[in-house]
Amino acid sequence: MRLEPIPNPTALRRVGLPAGALALTVLIASLLALLAGANPFATLGLILKGAAGSKFALLETLNRATPLIFTGLAVAVAFRARLWNIGAEAQLYGGAVVTVLLGTGALPLPSLLLIPVIALAAMAAGALILLAPVLLKTRLGVDEVVTTLLFNFIMLLFVSLLLEGPMKDPMGMGWPKSTALEKAARLPRIVDGLRLHWGFGLAFVSAMVVWVIQTRTTLGYEIRAVGQNAEAARFAGIPVGRVLVKTALLSGGLAALAGYSEVAGLKGNLTLDLSPGFGYTGIIVAMLALLNPLGVVVSAIFVAGIFVGADSMSRAAGVPTYIADILLATALLTMVLALRLTNTRIRWR
Amino acid sequence: MEQAEEAEVVLRLDGITKRFGALVANDGISFDLTKGEVIALLGENGAGKTTLMNILFGHYTADAGSVEVFGHPLPPGHPRAALAAGVGMVHQHFTLADNMTVLENILLGTGSLWTPRLGAQAARARVAKLSADFGLSVHPDAKVGTLTVGERQRVEILKALYRDARILILDEPTAVLTPQETTALFETLRKAVALGLSVIFISHKLGEVMAISSRVLVLRHGRLVGEVSTSDTDRHKLAEMMVGTEITAPKLSERTPGPALLTLSNVDTSRRGNAPGLAGVNLTLRAGQITGLAGVSGNGQAALAALIGGLETPVHGGMDLHGDVPADWSPRAALAAGIARIPEDRHRTGTVADFTLTENAVLECYADAPYSRKGWMDWSAAEGFAKKIIETYDVRCPGPSARIRLLSGGNMQKLILGRVLEAGPKIILANQPVRGLDIGAVTFVQNRLIKARDAGAAVLLISEDLDEVTALSDVIHVIYEGRLSPAFPRGTMTPAQLGTWMAGHGFEGGADAA
Amino acid sequence: MEIFDILLSASFWAAVIRIASPLIFATLGELICERAGVLNLGIEGIMVIGAFAGWMAVYLGAGLWAGVLVAMLAGMLFGLLHATLTVPFGLSQHVVGLGVTLLATATASFAYRLSLPEVTSPPKIEPFQPWEIPIVSDIPLLGPALFSQTALTYLAFALVVAVSLVLYRTPLGLALRAAGENPASVEAQGLSVTAIRMGAVVVGSGLMAIGGAFLTMSAFSSFFFEMVNGRGWICIALVVFGAWKPGKALLGALLFAAFDALQVRLQQTPMGAVVPYQVFLMVPYVLSILALILMSRRAEVPAALMIPFNKGER
Repeated sequence: MRLEPIPNPTALRRVGLPAGALALTVLIASLLALLAGANPFATLGLILKGAAGSKFALLETLNRATPLIFTGLAVAVAFRARLWNIGAEAQLYGGAVVTVLLGTGALPLPSLLLIPVIALAAMAAGALILLAPVLLKTRLGVDEVVTTLLFNFIMLLFVSLLLEGPMKDPMGMGWPKSTALEKAARLPRIVDGLRLHWGFGLAFVSAMVVWVIQTRTTLGYEIRAVGQNAEAARFAGIPVGRVLVKTALLSGGLAALAGYSEVAGLKGNLTLDLSPGFGYTGIIVAMLALLNPLGVVVSAIFVAGIFVGADSMSRAAGVPTYIADILLATALLTMVLALRLTNTRIRWR
Repeated sequence: MEQAEEAEVVLRLDGITKRFGALVANDGISFDLTKGEVIALLGENGAGKTTLMNILFGHYTADAGSVEVFGHPLPPGHPRAALAAGVGMVHQHFTLADNMTVLENILLGTGSLWTPRLGAQAARARVAKLSADFGLSVHPDAKVGTLTVGERQRVEILKALYRDARILILDEPTAVLTPQETTALFETLRKAVALGLSVIFISHKLGEVMAISSRVLVLRHGRLVGEVSTSDTDRHKLAEMMVGTEITAPKLSERTPGPALLTLSNVDTSRRGNAPGLAGVNLTLRAGQITGLAGVSGNGQAALAALIGGLETPVHGGMDLHGDVPADWSPRAALAAGIARIPEDRHRTGTVADFTLTENAVLECYADAPYSRKGWMDWSAAEGFAKKIIETYDVRCPGPSARIRLLSGGNMQKLILGRVLEAGPKIILANQPVRGLDIGAVTFVQNRLIKARDAGAAVLLISEDLDEVTALSDVIHVIYEGRLSPAFPRGTMTPAQLGTWMAGHGFEGGADAA
Repeated sequence: MEIFDILLSASFWAAVIRIASPLIFATLGELICERAGVLNLGIEGIMVIGAFAGWMAVYLGAGLWAGVLVAMLAGMLFGLLHATLTVPFGLSQHVVGLGVTLLATATASFAYRLSLPEVTSPPKIEPFQPWEIPIVSDIPLLGPALFSQTALTYLAFALVVAVSLVLYRTPLGLALRAAGENPASVEAQGLSVTAIRMGAVVVGSGLMAIGGAFLTMSAFSSFFFEMVNGRGWICIALVVFGAWKPGKALLGALLFAAFDALQVRLQQTPMGAVVPYQVFLMVPYVLSILALILMSRRAEVPAALMIPFNKGER
């Protein structure tokens, strides 16, 4: 077989194929539910209900979407420049560590100043963490996929070290968790009484900012050129290495905001299970959004909904909650395939 | 060449038609090939020659028509079937694995994949015999990555012969050879024909077609427009058949060269992968003069282009830009110095395929006003620039917001030409500017270069096509293993003399011993 | 000095070989994929599914070797998925690889929870037992280290030789290497690039899964969620370190395992009382990054790695 490009795919192809991918994903989820001895329709219904069936559920979904918007943006920005940042997890923890460091009384500042200072410091930490693999890539040609992946493991051990040592909460009754953030450093809730913090607002604004950067600025143009064809970009005089470094700073900073907002907005302290793989899930979020920053918001809410919904469904229907991961992995794979088939056709001979 | 008494037909193509979307690449093509003859398939770029041969060899499947080899129908779409039927193909872009030896490349896929042994010993003996019989000397244990272009081609031919090919297809085989290597290739082909093989020789070079073939088939826009016996025709008639009109060679008016705009003195650069770097290069590019660079590909042309284009810095020696010695040499510095660069590969380095024409138009000037101000892009200014290029340079396209990947090679090249010439450059680096273009685009590009020369620009024309270099240049240098010959003024050297330089004769410590 | 005591103990060297074994399987698997031109980032997940499937099969009553076979088949299944998406469809090997890792890991977790909903700690199986080779296992130091390992370890070492022979001495290996260097050369000689690359990915994935199965069936006798713990990623670094050659990759795996075994033992020494244990645990990952940096200047990477081949496109 061979693939032949279609210059102008029909609307049917462009809508039908992604829809087909979604249908296939739902079908597989149904089969898994059947396998677990549950009614597939009830299972899917419960996931939907758990994700958006009540005000509480919806807010929970938006809360869960917040870090995913950040990591999704981090991945989208990096992948756009064909910089394979698989290390959003490490950058997230970097941001979280700095948040705790500065947010537990180290800076005697009023809340209005303290919050942005900590957020910026967290971003700087994340940016620095990604800088190392990127410099290794641009200077020595070391593949960043493996280095960023390995950094995740190193970072997690480092956090564990901190939580059992210098950052350990003396009141924590032996649990490896950090001291709680002071009140002034916490992100307030958007509406009093509703469990949704300003981290979500920040995530939304970040998405807009990234969109503006990509479409309207010179840097955005450079990033896209480097990602689409680095050789042509270099030939044309675009400083490829410098653009990659800038991209990395942006991407690492965004991922760090995920850690920041989780600590300052939701948890209030740092534990080793702060992120159940938000960094990795960010890849799915970004890919489902076709690397479009505004799309990331939508796809992060969708992905968060699946997780939140699967959690509550699992309690009710007894289907293991890991169905959510299978669902998302399937969605990712079928979606990239659907996109390929949108603008190519298969010729068997 | 003489026709056999009863010409045995070894290959018959019947009504081959192939479409790519709206484009009809081959339109009902039929012909016969008989035993022991060389037919030339002549046509300009894009006429459908390679597509036709790819169908014959099974890379593509025809939409209609059939192929018969030695009287048996050839199942379409399988190179394996073509090979088994005795069809061997020497591709224009060599199909060799650089990390393996000559012998391994020849052996690849010849037997069952599931036998535990390579059978290298027996193969070595056969390859040695074939080498001797056909005059194709090459070391069987050399890594292909270390071979010259000419040697690689010999490996390609050996691959086909090793599989008992009775029909040999050669796709633009001389494009990368020196005139002397071409002569040697023709010698090999004559030996092959004498041994009863048949050859299809694909080319757009009229002289070679006249020299080697017994029959010429002319393709134009996917159609077979003529079939003549070589003895009944001449270059002019063939040229007319090929393009539909008579080709007018570009004309250079007499012009006194101006001052030196770029001078390289004794420049060395580092190696580029398998290709040599420059070694002790002295070069002067003068205003109002086209300097042609002839040479077999892979002899340092890339290094020279990279140096002048700003991608490479000298390890030794100096570069002087009309009195300025550049300190920080980079593509941007080259652009700032007024150097226009037409890259060798317009797909890989010249354009970003998924960018629009607008985005591609500003690829080199996006950071300057009015396209960029304080870090913000002004897309309407950029689009204005693209529209101007589209009009001035006759770029046929749906519009400035179309993706450039949809354009033909010629239109893509015109956009690049516009992009670099609109800035009014002092120096123009034209690296293979017409490769792969159809005749209309070739003329357009060449005339633009001449116009720029007449307006006072210094042009460096790098080409592997010796005819192109001799036709367009005021002075010619030959490059060989990173070294430059002296400057030969227009008309002082015959192609054969240039050919000996291209093979390394005349260079200090060159190939004189060989 | 404790380090010398450690280096002179047979148990240390036995541990090195043991730690290296799963890495050898998986590194060879990845090497086969990459030599054919396909980066397989599914490796981490495929090791997980291999670890789970082999263990589960034995837990459900299959023999140990049948368990290995099940693990291999499970790995090949996910390899087939990766191969189908990346070879004929030419999708991003990065994205698909990560997707396959996620899918395989999630599938293992899902199946584990489904089959053992109630348990808090995973049941143990009777794993492969050390198999002392007569006479040679009595050699001091070397004997216990090299010749009283489990059958899977011997298999790992045998595979290094086998893969080398196939790659460099057989028509199949020739085709595989050519597919990773210049697929057009394979196509022009009448072979199918698609078939060779898919075959390589499927077989390579099978080996990765056996590497995972080694963990549950030879090393730990139980399945834990986080047990592969980045070993797949480390193997990708080992392929680079080994310059895409089986022998050198084996050397890399042994070197790596030696450091890993050493750090575990150093934790027990007075040094371990001063330095937090997490620092020791970082050693393998830091080493992998160092290996990548060290090898970065050597350009021996298969020329067509990660470049999809579309028949007839040029």
